[in-house]
Amino acid sequence: MTQLIIICCYLALLLGLGVLASRLFQGTSKDYMLASHSIGPFLLLMSLFGTTMTAFALVGSSGEAYKEGIGVYGMLASSSGIIHSLCFFVLGVKLWKLGQKYGYVTQIQFFRDRFESDKIGILLFPILVGLVIPYLLIGVMASGTVISSVTEGAFTNMFAESDYGVPPWLGSLVICVVVLIYVFFGGMRGTAWANAFQTLVFMALGLVTFLIIADKLGGLQTASEKVVEKHPSKMMRAVTEQEEADHIQQMKIWRKLAAYNWMVDEGDLKLTDEQLTEAHKPLESMKFPPWQAAFRKRRAEARYASENGLLNPLSAEEQLKAEIAQDDRVVKGELSAEKSFKEFPKSGNWQAEALGYFKDQIDHPDKKTEGKMTRKQAMGRYRAMRWAPEAPGEIDPWMFLTYIFVPLSVGMFPHLFQHWLTAKSANSFKLPVVAHPIFIMIVWVPCVLIGVWATSATVGNSNTPLIPPHFNPNGVLAYMVTNLTNPVLAGFLTAGILAAIMSSLDSQFLCIGSIFTNDIVTHYAGKERFSDRQTVLMARLFVVGIVLVTYILSLMGVRRVFTLGVWCFSGFSSLFPLVFAALYWKRMTKAGAYACVAAAFGSWAWLFHASNYGAKPHFSFLGMMPVATMITCSTAALVLVSLITKPPSAETLARFFPDKKT
Amino acid sequence: MKYVVWGLVVLLLTIHQDIWFWEDNTLVFGFMPIGLLYHACISLAAGFTWYLATKFAWPLDEEPAANSAANSSTEKSERGASA
Repeated sequence: MTQLIIICCYLALLLGLGVLASRLFQGTSKDYMLASHSIGPFLLLMSLFGTTMTAFALVGSSGEAYKEGIGVYGMLASSSGIIHSLCFFVLGVKLWKLGQKYGYVTQIQFFRDRFESDKIGILLFPILVGLVIPYLLIGVMASGTVISSVTEGAFTNMFAESDYGVPPWLGSLVICVVVLIYVFFGGMRGTAWANAFQTLVFMALGLVTFLIIADKLGGLQTASEKVVEKHPSKMMRAVTEQEEADHIQQMKIWRKLAAYNWMVDEGDLKLTDEQLTEAHKPLESMKFPPWQAAFRKRRAEARYASENGLLNPLSAEEQLKAEIAQDDRVVKGELSAEKSFKEFPKSGNWQAEALGYFKDQIDHPDKKTEGKMTRKQAMGRYRAMRWAPEAPGEIDPWMFLTYIFVPLSVGMFPHLFQHWLTAKSANSFKLPVVAHPIFIMIVWVPCVLIGVWATSATVGNSNTPLIPPHFNPNGVLAYMVTNLTNPVLAGFLTAGILAAIMSSLDSQFLCIGSIFTNDIVTHYAGKERFSDRQTVLMARLFVVGIVLVTYILSLMGVRRVFTLGVWCFSGFSSLFPLVFAALYWKRMTKAGAYACVAAAFGSWAWLFHASNYGAKPHFSFLGMMPVATMITCSTAALVLVSLITKPPSAETLARFFPDKKT
Repeated sequence: MKYVVWGLVVLLLTIHQDIWFWEDNTLVFGFMPIGLLYHACISLAAGFTWYLATKFAWPLDEEPAANSAANSSTEKSERGASA
């Protein structure tokens, strides 16, 4: 309950900040959307950084480090330090200048002018909004997960299905409503203030979290040494021979278990009572929690049956079926012996099966009765004992190399474009350009270390892992915070995590409202038709609609925050050539722009479909990150079509490429 | 100096591909994996490089007058809409 109270106080504080900013609101749409170009260097740094560091940076980085190891920092953090600032430098400053000169509020206004095309706005509008939705989804999903994890046990009689904590759907809903309110009250000024405040909160609390968690794990040195001892591959980007060999051995045992279970459940294998007694004998000298008994007995039976030649060799197809069943997957498409069980999707029923299996042992988290567990623990234990062992992760050098294209997305984020335009002067960009890579390091290094430590942390002095295998990566940070700190601190730290999430959501909410009113409503209905107040109202209504769509999507399925983020960023990156060439290549034409957008969208949609809509976290194309193919396609289309079509008019060239001497 | 700055950016992107620490899990200072420390140093080096960029390769010569939106895009886009 303590955590819940602290979170509520924090959200109330944010609302207060929004109201305060609204007192300074000048009532014009320009003030609402661009804070009347009044943002100085410090506030610009904080708002740009707070906007780019989202759930992806905290929840996603720690979760991905838990799954893949320290390589995640090089893949996205250090590369972002170089590329983000590059984008601020080569795009941000120039776009700010053009925005000042021609009064732009949104990207689409710039593209319409630069390409002398009204219709480019119609093409870009759904694509940009469509790509912002998964970005919003990352924050909405992560906020629900985090709040639910840390408030576990806060209620005595309510929300049993979420272990008596705030259910994820309610947590996400509250965050959406709070952000909507302070964005509506404060507009861009309120957003910039809230971002600055929240960025300071999550950076400060992040460092505190890191030090406390390190201390609880026995100190920095002990925590890291444990990882080197248990999961050395997490501390580099390759897999050690020993870990590889261990995994192969574990898979052999698991395959036998799958075959045994399949032959018992689907076939006619049945051990006699004497055989069962003999099989269970080794367990008598072993100590394990009571809930493991049934699983361990099955494993012991499988071993006994295998050692005594009772397992009839299965055909390749039968073995595949056995592994699919053991890993709670379902057969969709062709069942071919050539395939691995991992190619089949997870069954939607496994949670129900897990909960049914432990139904007599599930209780309130505060009841520490022997053998009792929470629903989350029940599902975790079921997965850990039943599913295939997790393979140690390694990072492919080609994937690592082509990850460098992902941060280019910053160049096309519509909300960052809007933030760039809020700057008071071009000099305001200097501090963000320099400090951004360092700020990234301050946030990401602790998160990555917490993620890798989580792989090897144990409960007290025992050998029991703190986090069981197959744990949801999105929940790693919240789980570490809840289990290794006290309730007061956990509440503050959760506020810090939520601060990072909300400092991105607010900019995105404001931005989609701006592009709707400026690029669609005012653009087609005429500026005189609506008053400033009406324009702001329409922006708000559109934002509510988009947030509602995002919220509904968040209820429909769970994807790894990191995977979802990478697909979303890849889409924006594939449009990077559009903005870069628009600013630096005079020969770029309207047709070239259309070709670029079509190629970017076509290649993104095709590859996203091929990845089973993000369900394959390690999806690659030609051995590289899909973003490399997308950028190649969009660049090639842009260059080729521009070269064979009529160049832009002299008037446009004069507007965007003025002679430096004049 | 401008070319030196851009050369440093290219150098940063090149040394970012550190295949030499791919299979090394040595702990520096007893807790920091060398691969992570190396990339944290790249972040610091990026900050320094961008500092040099703002000093010696700043893309704008002068500050344009604020809010000189005489030829606003809205007017332009309205023309476009009616076209």
